[in-house]
Amino acid sequence: MSQIKVQIPTPLRQYSDKKDSVEVEATTVGEAMKAITTAHPDLRRHLYTDEGKLRAFVNLYLNEEDIRYMQKEATEVKDGDTLYIVPSIAGGRG
Amino acid sequence: MLKLSQTEYAAIRQHGEDTYPHECCGVLLGSVNLDTDTRVVQSVVRAGNTRTDSPHNRYSIDPAELIRIQMQGRKRGEDIIGFYHSHPDHPAMWSSTDLAEAHWIGCSYVITSVDGDKTTGKAVFTKSWVLYGSPDGSAKQLEEEEMIVQNPEQ
Ligand SMILES: [Zn+2]
Repeated sequence: MSQIKVQIPTPLRQYSDKKDSVEVEATTVGEAMKAITTAHPDLRRHLYTDEGKLRAFVNLYLNEEDIRYMQKEATEVKDGDTLYIVPSIAGGRG
Repeated sequence: MLKLSQTEYAAIRQHGEDTYPHECCGVLLGSVNLDTDTRVVQSVVRAGNTRTDSPHNRYSIDPAELIRIQMQGRKRGEDIIGFYHSHPDHPAMWSSTDLAEAHWIGCSYVITSVDGDKTTGKAVFTKSWVLYGSPDGSAKQLEEEEMIVQNPEQ
């Protein structure tokens, strides 16, 4: 198990007792996400669909790398890593 | 309510003129008071528009760039409190795409209309909209908020 930090974006801090980051123990990104949604259950429905899929607008970055280009939720984590939960920023007219 | 300085306000509008006829985008760092629903801007940071396929009417910020901006802000005790983008030759009103793709509940989305001749443009209106709703995407809405530009130069 590694000790990592999960960074919570501003809109979701109301579901993490106002904490901007939470320390969790995990060996993979998926386990870290499970740990944080177990500790803060309200985060779950905001991050995952009813079918248990990560919502399309939720990006997970391990340090500065998109986990979609790594081993997704199976990506291994090591001590001192930071997992960032980053809702997407986009838009346009029309 | 969104509070920002004249310098920050001018920086947001200038960015829209600089990227015209393309959309600009950036991040507002500062602090938020949830009880009074007030956001105070301490820094305005330009971001690149990753939508190079359609930059005249779409914008998107690379999450990795956002993480770097957030880390810089954190060193000064600042948090992400909102975002801004421009609407080249289009009103400073959010579009259906803006609403569909907005996910930072409780944050300000500042929009500047930039009118021009397709070569150079001038910033016209700047308006701020707050995203309300549930972060799972249900009942989202963008509501106009008061924007207070502090210490105006004239
Ligand atoms: Zn827009």
